[in-house]
Amino acid sequence: MDLASQLPSLLGLAWLLPLASFVAILFFGPRMGPHGRNAAWVATAAIVTSLVLSLIAFVGWLGVHPVTAVDHGGHGAAHAADHGDAGHGDSAHAGHDAGHGDHAAAVPIAYSGDWYTLYEGGRLRLSIGWYIDSLTILMFVVVTFIATCIHVYASGYMHDELHDVTDHEVTLSDGHHLHRPGRFPRFFQALSLFCFSMLGIVIAGNLAMVFIFWELVGICSWFLIGFYYERKSASTAANKAFIVNRVGDFGMLIGLMALWGALGTLHFGDSTATGPDGEPVRQAGLFSLFRPAHAGHALRVPDGMVKFAAADAVGRIAADRAANPVEAAGEIAGRTADWRGMGYGNWLLFIAGVGIFCGCVGKSAQFPLFVWLPDAMEGPTPVSALVHSATMVAAGVYLVGRFYPVLSPDVLLVIAYVGAITLFIAATIALVANDIKRVLAYSTVSQLGYMMLALGVGGWVAGLFHLVTHAFFKSLLFLCSGSVIHACHTNDMRKMGGLAKVMPSTAGTMLVGCLAIIGAGIPFVIGLSGYYSKDSILAQALSFSQANPRHAILFYAVAGGAFLTAFYMFRLWFMTFAGEPRDHHVAEHAHESPQVMVMPLLVLAVLAVVAGWTLPGGLGIANLIEQSRPAGTAVTATGGFAFGQTLTFPAEHLSHGEPFHSTATWTAFATALGGVLLAAAMYLWRVVSPAAVAAMFRPVYEFLAHRWYFDEIYHAIFVVPVHGIASVASGIDRGLIDPFINGLAWAARQVAGVDAWIDRTIVDGLVNATANATWSAGLELKKLQTGSLRQYVVFIAAGTVAAFVLASMLFKSSLAV
Amino acid sequence: MNPSVASLVPVLGFLSEPVSVAHYLVVGAILFVSGVACMAVKRNALGVLMGIELVLNGANVNFVAFASPYLQAEGGRSLGLDGQLIALFVILLAAAEAAVALAITLNFYNNHATVDVDRADDLKG
Repeated sequence: MDLASQLPSLLGLAWLLPLASFVAILFFGPRMGPHGRNAAWVATAAIVTSLVLSLIAFVGWLGVHPVTAVDHGGHGAAHAADHGDAGHGDSAHAGHDAGHGDHAAAVPIAYSGDWYTLYEGGRLRLSIGWYIDSLTILMFVVVTFIATCIHVYASGYMHDELHDVTDHEVTLSDGHHLHRPGRFPRFFQALSLFCFSMLGIVIAGNLAMVFIFWELVGICSWFLIGFYYERKSASTAANKAFIVNRVGDFGMLIGLMALWGALGTLHFGDSTATGPDGEPVRQAGLFSLFRPAHAGHALRVPDGMVKFAAADAVGRIAADRAANPVEAAGEIAGRTADWRGMGYGNWLLFIAGVGIFCGCVGKSAQFPLFVWLPDAMEGPTPVSALVHSATMVAAGVYLVGRFYPVLSPDVLLVIAYVGAITLFIAATIALVANDIKRVLAYSTVSQLGYMMLALGVGGWVAGLFHLVTHAFFKSLLFLCSGSVIHACHTNDMRKMGGLAKVMPSTAGTMLVGCLAIIGAGIPFVIGLSGYYSKDSILAQALSFSQANPRHAILFYAVAGGAFLTAFYMFRLWFMTFAGEPRDHHVAEHAHESPQVMVMPLLVLAVLAVVAGWTLPGGLGIANLIEQSRPAGTAVTATGGFAFGQTLTFPAEHLSHGEPFHSTATWTAFATALGGVLLAAAMYLWRVVSPAAVAAMFRPVYEFLAHRWYFDEIYHAIFVVPVHGIASVASGIDRGLIDPFINGLAWAARQVAGVDAWIDRTIVDGLVNATANATWSAGLELKKLQTGSLRQYVVFIAAGTVAAFVLASMLFKSSLAV
Repeated sequence: MNPSVASLVPVLGFLSEPVSVAHYLVVGAILFVSGVACMAVKRNALGVLMGIELVLNGANVNFVAFASPYLQAEGGRSLGLDGQLIALFVILLAAAEAAVALAITLNFYNNHATVDVDRADDLKG
């Protein structure tokens, strides 16, 4: 099987099928069965086919790249580096490169290439292409799998939209509730477009393509959050999400410009461009520019960035040697190494990395741009599960992981601290939230902080592993919360309680999700998916903290976050499902959800349990991700200039060994157990009254209940000044510009009035006078027409005589013969 | 006749001269004027038609006189057959005209029960 040629076709088809579904529903949605009921089938069929194609690609990949247990010794690093040597090849050249590698049997770890070139001129090239490695395929499987579950679930959850809907949250000016037709096809249309966009980010072969689909994901999110757009809160939340994301994307654009301006390429892998004479030219991608094979894949500032940063010196040499350009180029090339040693280009590298990370901060809801995600819960619950927990917000983490080889130690430190701040703030807010979906939303933000922190401390596999496991259990938790909301018709946990009796399936699966997210397991024996991924994050954070004692707080943030996570998740579960019903009105109407909604819960619950397991022989998600490890990142790295200190990033495989592994495992176990016990004490056994605790720590409670006043601060810092400037601008508009325009209009009217008077009086007068004169002449002359025959005879005779007399007087001479 | 008498009464002198074109012209003129006067004063449509005949024949007399070689002075020239042809043409024309005019008159009588041309003022402006 020629994997290189089949992978792009398989995944490309899997990527485009949701687009086809989107187009079909866009044009024919309302005609698909009664009220567009069949649109759900079209969208589901498309995503299921994508899932099947992804699974075929997955199996094909495993056939060529058998997953083996990671060797924790030094050989593993060398092995990965060798793989990197042969990797990053264009599909057409992959075999060729491999043949010339040191190991003839080496198989490329990544395939890249272009489907279509949008623009090509000079060294600049934009294209629609692919970059496929095991991470891409894994993400394809995860995204299409969760999307499939959620499509099925949504076809049940959204059934209200199949007929006319009365929206009780929208009151019209006449006092009635809004009554509108259902929008069932519209929902699945947006869902399909979203899947297409998300898969586009995953498969993208270059950053420009990532950015295109990044924005497409953003607009899909806008559609879906604002699905109930008649509700003020929903439309505001949609706008908030979109605008906050724009802030992050602005940083991303700066990062793109730094790369594009200095290097002229945005391709991840090496690619084949067309040379000046039409012959194919190998063009180095970002990864091989930043980590060249001849330098042992160690991160270094590429020549392009060094020259860009040293533009003054380059210009001086070029001017001095103007007569001999070849010599000048030689000298510049010769001095590039010196310049690099002097630190030229370091800041450019930093800006590029932080810029790209800014985009991820917006999309993955990191501090300080996380405020949009809790509000995004205004969308229907399947949207929250798919878009705002499992996939879209994962895009930022995915991009950091994909872009990891280019991130310098300083950037990684920034990422780690942003992740730490995010995870702590979000976890504390989740402690006191009472809206079931908001607890999960802040939990999502907190877990995304975990992933960022893991990536930032060098835990490349740990972060991405947690991304995958989190996708399963968080979509499960959200779908469970949707099931609860479906049954109770309220989001407020204070009105729930005792639901486990009426909704056993939902309660059971949600318990599995809660256990997975806190990383429950028997230490060193077996655990749920979160047990493995969270432990590896803790271990890497501990390893990093010991290598850099000044940043030990990162480890404490992770450990404290684990405690908070356990507390708020079980607070949620106990408040919802355990004890006695708090609101009998709600409890009476509660019921288990229909089969179509429960099935996805069971499937996801199974995955939330097993996703972290490694089968005998090494097959497991962590080892699969390890296959894609960027070349040169498997070894301990040091560096850093921006913060005045040298940072050490210990190799990740070290964290699997002692003493980190056991310490991390015991820490995770202890914190999780502590959190669960505290939650049980407060909400299950009621030995500690939550109200008493809240009263005791009143200021802290208020602070957290107001979500650290982030919305208020942003309102004061950004919204109010913008409104102020806008009102000044509108004042200028109304007070200055409008009167001026109105004055011009008034003057024009006056001039036109004079014009009209001239027209009516003089021009029209002349024409009318002529007509009047003709008319009156006719009136006079008609009196001659007496109608009397005899008068006419007299007229003729007299006229003849008169004519004769006249002629004889005038022409006397001629008549006088 | 005595020239002095002729000088006293020009008409007598004229009558005493040998017949020439001028005499014919006088007769034609008298006929013409009579015809015009007849057209102008007669209220009977038939009278008007008779006046027309007089006018036409007054003109015809002139043509015939100009055509005759015998009435010319020594060395003068006549219209010859041209004048006689025109006279014949005028007679023809008069006949046709009379036919149409009588038809109009009959119709007018049918409509108005009179042949008084003063009643025919429907085309008054």
